[in-house]
Amino acid sequence: MGITPEKETSSNKGVRKLWDNAREQFRYVPLLGWLFAALISVLVEQIAGNLFAQLLGISKVPVLFGFILALSQPALIPNAIAYVLVIYILPVLIVAKLIANIANRLSAWLMGYPIVLSAIIHIGLLYATLQIWSSISDYRVLLLKLTLIAIIVTLSLNVVNGYMGEFSCSHPGFMAVGAYVASVLTVLFFVNGSAFGAAILPKVLAPYMFPIILVIAGLITAASALLVAIPSFRTRGDYLAIISLAFMFIVKSTVENLEIIGGARGFTGQPDLATLPVVFIWTIASVWIINNFVRSTVGKALNAVRDGELAAEAMTVDTRKTKMTAFLFAAFWAGVAGGLFAHVLRYVNPGTFGVQKLAEVLAMVYFGGLNSVVGSVVGAISLTILGEALRPLEIFKWIIIPIILILVMIYRPTGMIAFTDLDMKKLLKPKQKPETGEV
Amino acid sequence: MALLDVKNMTHYFGGLRAVHDFNLAIEQGQIRGLIGPNGAGKTTIFNLITGIYTPTEGEITLDGQNLIGLKPNEIASRGLGRTFQNLRLWRHMNVLDHVKLARYSKIAYGLTGAFFGTPKRYKEEEEIESKSLDLLELVGIRHLADQIVTNLPYGAQRRVELARALATDPKILFLDEPTAGMNPEELLDMLKIIRKVHEEIGLTIFLIEHRMKVVMDLCEQIQTLVFGEVIAEGTPDEIRTNPQVIEAYLGKEVEA
Repeated sequence: MGITPEKETSSNKGVRKLWDNAREQFRYVPLLGWLFAALISVLVEQIAGNLFAQLLGISKVPVLFGFILALSQPALIPNAIAYVLVIYILPVLIVAKLIANIANRLSAWLMGYPIVLSAIIHIGLLYATLQIWSSISDYRVLLLKLTLIAIIVTLSLNVVNGYMGEFSCSHPGFMAVGAYVASVLTVLFFVNGSAFGAAILPKVLAPYMFPIILVIAGLITAASALLVAIPSFRTRGDYLAIISLAFMFIVKSTVENLEIIGGARGFTGQPDLATLPVVFIWTIASVWIINNFVRSTVGKALNAVRDGELAAEAMTVDTRKTKMTAFLFAAFWAGVAGGLFAHVLRYVNPGTFGVQKLAEVLAMVYFGGLNSVVGSVVGAISLTILGEALRPLEIFKWIIIPIILILVMIYRPTGMIAFTDLDMKKLLKPKQKPETGEV
Repeated sequence: MALLDVKNMTHYFGGLRAVHDFNLAIEQGQIRGLIGPNGAGKTTIFNLITGIYTPTEGEITLDGQNLIGLKPNEIASRGLGRTFQNLRLWRHMNVLDHVKLARYSKIAYGLTGAFFGTPKRYKEEEEIESKSLDLLELVGIRHLADQIVTNLPYGAQRRVELARALATDPKILFLDEPTAGMNPEELLDMLKIIRKVHEEIGLTIFLIEHRMKVVMDLCEQIQTLVFGEVIAEGTPDEIRTNPQVIEAYLGKEVEA
């Protein structure tokens, strides 16, 4: 294009001004406002999505914000953009702007009550949005569940690799332990005619027992993590990386050779217990508990161990206990995530929990940001969605995603959003315009 | 009985004798100093008493309790606080968190509180926080509480170390060259703070120093260490005039 340098800078300036302007417009919209706006937009899609898609010449509603459509049929890119603009972006922006004031007042009013109430309302709105968005297709439900599970896994790995600063490779192994333990238990208890014979408990109890089974799976996973923790936390250094990698392979080959749980063919027949609300609640619980932990002084000891073990000991921190606790804690959540994963797919096979899974989870942690709850959530969501969105590119997907990772490592070595925990009070508070007009 | 009692402590690194027959008895409320040329084994003595190394021979008791064989964190929680010669701060943490973390072994809310954010936890965290802020006030850096330590000037970082050591509620505080690398102004400030801590909390202090001014100003009793052995012990004036000390520091006068 024949743009002279000066013109380019001036147009850059124009864009920047536009961007700043837009930011200024939406600065004072609180989280409550955004969530409500998102809810409206998915309602719009629910009501008018199909019609509008047909109007644009797209046979049905694009499942993933038009990404897949745009990549598989490049001719339809403008249509996809138009769809996203009209169905998602415009409604969100308009509604957010319109209700900013009311939402602010509501947020301020909620602040007068215990924070739990405000948190529940926000989470409820978020859930409603996700539920309605995913009701369009089964694909969306599946993708959403896998994304939520990825959040749990990423967060729990971040506790070890980010907060504690050790390098652990055993998370796929932990997921496998959790997945198999939970699967065996649910099949044993609630499924007739499986490898384990008749069901022991009536099926009605299954949804109530499922949380307990997941906790048991998590605890057993944590116990198995002792195998890694005991030898590797005697000293610092690369031991953990090597031992944990070995652990992953041990778990994989053990499962492959256990015929009773299907061996390398995999294990199937899990009852349909991991519904969207179940996965959603577990994800919220994991984010809440992990965030609680890392923000406490007990959890901060992890950072101290990472940044100076000698000083940590001199400040009364029991470094070995701290490392063990955090590692088992992380393993627990990986086990829970594995259990959920097995019940979402209703099929597990040992091949799933190999090096590729490890690479995926590590990528999410390092892309999102070390030592960061927010970063883990962002990393898990963006890489899961990216992986799906680039699916039409087939093999090129595995070139593009690593390139993105390399770029992140070059420009933001600690990840997109490092060192940021969730501060509930800050997140949920109203964003009133300052009275004086000052910024 | 002395608060800290070290008897006949000897330590070997392989075949190298780093400390030989070291004795020390510090009474409640004293400020004691340990001086000596580079490589004399001063920091080794600190590391032996604080549990980083275990002495080859000897006895160490704090307030009548044996310290030998305990891990550094156990020794620290029994009331032996320390600072480090080369700062060992946690580089991603802010000042307040440094001081709060030193209360680690006294935290009662445990993992339940950490995981589920119980009311007990928030109450306790608040108490720790206000105590930590008081300590920051004492060393004069309360206004820097929410700064990340790596952004602070050197003198302030030293004060963070001191506040952090104080937060462990020490019966006795070990200062490893508290003024190393400081400019004269920072040095005077640090002396003032150490004296203030000594007077306000009545804390017993044992310090290693390189700079004569600091030791002579602060300490009631000084030991001089050369090649792992104490060659002289006494008041600052005695040490200043002791021919052996002068020889160790300045060398022997060549006789004409």
